[in-house]
Amino acid sequence: MYIDPHIHMVSRTTDDYARMAAAGCVAVTEPAFWAGFDRSSAAGFQDYFRQLTESEPRRAAAYGIAHHAWICINPKEAEDHGFAREVMSMIPAFLSRPNVLGVGEIGLNRNSKTELAVFEEHLEIAAQHNSLVLIHTPHLEDKLKGTRLILDAIAAHGKINPARILVDHVEEHTVRMVLDRGMWAGMTLYPDTKCTAARAIDIMEMHGTERIWINSAGDWGHSDPLAVPKAVVSMRARGHTAADIHKISFDNPRAFLSQSGNFSVNAPRPTIS
Amino acid sequence: MTTPIGKPPLDRKTLIDLGFIEARAKVLDVAAFLDRLDRAPATDVMTDFRVDAIRAALVIALDASPARAERILNSWSDPSTQPIAHADGKAARGAHLPR
Ligand SMILES: [Zn+2]
Repeated sequence: MYIDPHIHMVSRTTDDYARMAAAGCVAVTEPAFWAGFDRSSAAGFQDYFRQLTESEPRRAAAYGIAHHAWICINPKEAEDHGFAREVMSMIPAFLSRPNVLGVGEIGLNRNSKTELAVFEEHLEIAAQHNSLVLIHTPHLEDKLKGTRLILDAIAAHGKINPARILVDHVEEHTVRMVLDRGMWAGMTLYPDTKCTAARAIDIMEMHGTERIWINSAGDWGHSDPLAVPKAVVSMRARGHTAADIHKISFDNPRAFLSQSGNFSVNAPRPTIS
Repeated sequence: MTTPIGKPPLDRKTLIDLGFIEARAKVLDVAAFLDRLDRAPATDVMTDFRVDAIRAALVIALDASPARAERILNSWSDPSTQPIAHADGKAARGAHLPR
């Protein structure tokens, strides 16, 4: 039994839901993200948020998987500040939907001034609605600088309890600073550009299993929706106990996500759309 | 955590048995990648900052100090601290372009 707390199911097939269920997945959480192309209007986001909160939970429930969502405009589409504000104005209406856990995945992509301003405005929305926050840290050479900028912006904002923030896509050079600030850290098992299972297990061995989770971030790109159960297999081979494996793949995500009253590992009864 | 922090549950010999073949394959792939670049028709640039970054990382991988993976990631990271004026495209390159 496991939770994949970061996966973009709108980009995955129904067969993936079936495979994940067979591998023991009981719940997923899906942050709003970049679709691989820029939406031409704010209305495109309105439709996307409806997909995340209406059709995707139904698709997951057919396989006994509880589906939850996070709402935001992702940093890759946040370079136009006016456009970003138009999309951000839609967020509050969706935060009250029954499967929504909070604001995410917000953060930085190329570490630009506008991305940072939009990130800070998202933090304010989360503070006003007492929402959990899921944060995307930048890719590759931008990650270290972006993670520092994000942590500093959160500290300067100062209105959100760090225990209600998860900073995702940490690697060896960023995990410690996130945990030291009292936030949760997510390790993404992503081929080539983030953590392999072997390195994620190394990080757990070096930094412990408190306030840390693993996810697949499965999406439309090169990624693996079964990355979490495969990492569980690797943990067993590396000599880790069933208790530690259950903690990282189930108890930890459940503990963080349950801070939102909307989280449940029990899928709603399947319905025909 | 059931095992003390910093200590893998498996001993060194078992970890070698478990990981050697995969690490061997990855080392060969890096060497073959560098050979391929040498064989390729030359362009006006002698090398590329990304390839330089890999060569510099290999030196780190071979030294005797701990935290090699972390130090390699740091060596590839943008060392600047201020946000940039505008995002220059959506994609990161994988290594820091020296100024
Ligand atoms: Zn994502």
